[in-house]
Amino acid sequence: MDFLDLPWFLIFTSLAKTIFLIFLVVLPMVSYTVYAERRVSALIQDRTGPNRTGFPLSLIGFKKDFSPFLGGLGQPVADAVKFLLKEDFVPAHVNKLYFWLAPMLAMMPAIVTLAAIPFGSEFLGVKMVVADINVGLLFMFAISSIGVYGIVLAGWSSNSKYPFLGGIRSTSQMISYELCMGLSAVPVLLIVGSTGLSSIVNYQVGYGWLIAPFTDGHLSVREILLWIPILIAFITFTISMFAETNRLPFDLPESESELVSGYHTEYSSMKFALFFLGEYTAMIAGSGLIVVLFFGGWHLPFIPYLKDNVVTGGFEFLHAIPGWIWGIVNISVFFGKVAVLLFVFIWVRWTLPRFRYDQLMKLGWLYLFEIALVNIFLAAGILAFTK
Amino acid sequence: MAYTVQRPNLTWKEKIYLPSIVAGLAITFKHIRRMLSGETKVLMQYPEEKWDAHMPEHYRGAPTLVTDEHGRERCVACQLCEFICPPRAITIKPEEIPADNKFAKVEKRPREFDIDMIRCIYCGLCEEVCPEQAIFLRKDYAITGTSRAEMVHDKEKLYELGGVFNGLIHKWNPKK
Repeated sequence: MDFLDLPWFLIFTSLAKTIFLIFLVVLPMVSYTVYAERRVSALIQDRTGPNRTGFPLSLIGFKKDFSPFLGGLGQPVADAVKFLLKEDFVPAHVNKLYFWLAPMLAMMPAIVTLAAIPFGSEFLGVKMVVADINVGLLFMFAISSIGVYGIVLAGWSSNSKYPFLGGIRSTSQMISYELCMGLSAVPVLLIVGSTGLSSIVNYQVGYGWLIAPFTDGHLSVREILLWIPILIAFITFTISMFAETNRLPFDLPESESELVSGYHTEYSSMKFALFFLGEYTAMIAGSGLIVVLFFGGWHLPFIPYLKDNVVTGGFEFLHAIPGWIWGIVNISVFFGKVAVLLFVFIWVRWTLPRFRYDQLMKLGWLYLFEIALVNIFLAAGILAFTK
Repeated sequence: MAYTVQRPNLTWKEKIYLPSIVAGLAITFKHIRRMLSGETKVLMQYPEEKWDAHMPEHYRGAPTLVTDEHGRERCVACQLCEFICPPRAITIKPEEIPADNKFAKVEKRPREFDIDMIRCIYCGLCEEVCPEQAIFLRKDYAITGTSRAEMVHDKEKLYELGGVFNGLIHKWNPKK
């Protein structure tokens, strides 16, 4: 039996990977996405944004406060402290059980979906994915749709009209866009032939990224033809991902100008923060999924991702660098791509106005759904008639 | 009777949204680029940068008391400012200048001169009414304090803010 297959070793590495992914990467990323959201929105609106808060090291005995190059990098810490110190108020008219359950249900599915995402190739022989299951994509869809329950329960248990309206909107929106999201991922599955996220990434490493099939160095007629359904799938998938994560232009569940703040109107303190963090974690998981499906996951052209990968074309000297460095490079490449997508999420949010409710439903059911459906047949036809 | 609103006929491009979405994204990105390159300069980092250099000469900030070039306090405690002050922010307690003082011939000076900066409305009537050019509205506008008592500027504080001012009135100067 191989050393890497020993049960205790698997348990240990899974725990290590989970702790690394959740506590060292995703949660800091979430808090800094909030910070980035504020800074980028400020830049778009010709403001400066939070640029003061540093780390108050003088409180714990250092001579000077530490305020790094951009300024304001201590803002997420200050936000977290503020959330912890606020009063956790539970109104008398709510349904206590579901009121407590809802924030957890908003946060947990978003974190659990991260388990299936391959966030790196290999590090010291360990695959960089917490749970390498062969139905990864289905798992992602299944778990992320549980996230709806958090919002619905929050709206329902608050026993108040605005959260209730927010909850209702969220239900119908997420149900309609989930369909489109699932359907627009089908062309990818047809091309790759597997629902495992690792195998989707491995396919793209071998044959070029789906969104950019020339990254493997050559471009066949088949790839060019398949490019059309993939681009359509990418657009519909991204739009549904925006709707799924409640981001503008689809943030009807919490539309500030109409519903106070929607489903979390009655929440305060850490319970509110859980909704907030859940939304951003879902954004990161969604961006991760888009990266895995279309942008080649942790792969960058010309980077040797495995020990036995042969690199040619003047890059042979890269083999001299040990494999574990490439493991780290691949992890950073993955999260770099995720960060770019998060920027796009923020950028879109501060550009587009919100859809009206009937426009949202019309877009989902009359356009995106049909486009995604036809796209499957297009992709299948191209796959059947070309070789 | 029903009134039919004439909807504009949208072109194919307008109907599918996407070109206008891309145009909007381009506009917002232009704003980001201009902010990052420093082309847009709209903000002032307040406590470090101030508007002071751009302030007009006639700006009416906090009222202050001034001394003349001989170090004499110009105020002769005539209390005209106290009487004209619309919100009654000024309180003056006059006293006689003792005979052995260098400026004994001025006869009167304020023992206490308090301006309640919570009440002050920066109207400048005190400056206008003063026959001795003793009170001036200067350019300080950020008057802060943690209590009501701290917001009352006493004589010492007023002279500290005001400093020396060489005015047109020299009637108390020694005769040449």
